[in-house]
Amino acid sequence: MWAVDVLNMNSINNKLIPVPRDLSSDCGYCVIVSYDQIKDAEEFLKRENIEFDRIVEIK
Amino acid sequence: MTKISRLKNNMIYFDNSATSFPKPQAVVDAVVEYMTQVGANPGRSGHRLACEAGKIVFQARKNIAEFFGVKSPMNVIFSSNATDSLNLAIKGVLCQDDHVITSSMEHNSVIRPLRMLEERGIISITVLPGDDSGIISAGELDAAKKNNTKAVIINHMSNVTGVVQPIAAIGKWCKKNNMILILDCAQSAGIIPIDLKADSIDMIAFAGHKGLYGPTGTGGLIISDSFDVKKMSPLKEGGTGSMSDKTVQPNFLPDMYESGTLNVAGIAGLSKGVEFLNNMPEKLKSVQLHKNTLQKYFIQKAFKRIDGFKSYSASSGLGVVSFTIDGLSVSEITQRLSDDFDIMARQGLHCSPLAHHRIGTFPEGTVRFSFSVFNTISEVDTALEALKMIRDGK
Repeated sequence: MWAVDVLNMNSINNKLIPVPRDLSSDCGYCVIVSYDQIKDAEEFLKRENIEFDRIVEIK
Repeated sequence: MTKISRLKNNMIYFDNSATSFPKPQAVVDAVVEYMTQVGANPGRSGHRLACEAGKIVFQARKNIAEFFGVKSPMNVIFSSNATDSLNLAIKGVLCQDDHVITSSMEHNSVIRPLRMLEERGIISITVLPGDDSGIISAGELDAAKKNNTKAVIINHMSNVTGVVQPIAAIGKWCKKNNMILILDCAQSAGIIPIDLKADSIDMIAFAGHKGLYGPTGTGGLIISDSFDVKKMSPLKEGGTGSMSDKTVQPNFLPDMYESGTLNVAGIAGLSKGVEFLNNMPEKLKSVQLHKNTLQKYFIQKAFKRIDGFKSYSASSGLGVVSFTIDGLSVSEITQRLSDDFDIMARQGLHCSPLAHHRIGTFPEGTVRFSFSVFNTISEVDTALEALKMIRDGK
């Protein structure tokens, strides 16, 4: 939720979805952002010290 | 029995230190909205309603973190009340052979967990008497400090007399002496500005349902951005919605300390309670001014009008007044206030036997009026009239 908040504040289009089972067996969420905004998104999250597991490209 | 009839339709609630009532309408609306429109479990499922619930909880964390000067919303750990939070802090931080310094003004929510650890031979405790009103000094802290002193665990604002400890000075002392400072803010949160970073406080326990105007069953522990969470063990482990493939507890905030489904309805209301305070014209200055006006007015008038009135709280206080009336038991006073005048007040020891020992009112205790921002001078006038009638045997 914090990640979504930060992305929204920085005008990064995003969508919160359940973690796909082929990525993780976690109960939690993942955030989808468009491919061309991944670098910006990563920078904003790191700037706020928001921890995330990993970034995965969905084709 | 004499009654003030107009009161029968105008109940007066002076027990806001126990829990505040009424609540702002926005608090009630937020609870109802969650219960009727959202309802889902945050942080577990990924469907729309679960996300909505997650947003409500996150917004509450954000509001509370900002309110207490903490940068990361993740450092706000929700619990059921201040007692729950204090138990986590005390039992999570203290280890075998640690020494703790505390004060003579503590509520049982601090002293009972400490005494339990002491009785089990885990820790030792020094209770500082403080001055006549229980306020401790850096000199007392110096004298009590031992090689194994790990923490100062102290009440910020007494629920008995309203006396406020000098937290900036205590925080400075703790920082200088490398001690953990745990502050019980059950009474002060929502009345006195608290900034963990500015005052070098490691963690505060707060009640959501008192000065923050949230529903009962809400509270939390806020950990400073600089505190190393490895120094505090969880009290309970279980489902968090995160790292579900692991059979061990997550080691990050807030999940590390928040197992089990949260009280989302309560948290939704609490979030609005904090917003209510933030929206006041001068925020906590307005709260303080209002409560002090009522307190000063009540004490000054009571001394003049009620024979045998004795106050254990200063006129300069922030809305907590303990008093007795010579020749009347405290339970008789509050029973008559409730039964005959529809005025709600609390009598006795207020779960703080140490504080009553310190001010000399143990074991009888006192009557306590505790005001909220919704109380008025007119209500205080009515209560004064009621007390005079009780005093005069009418």
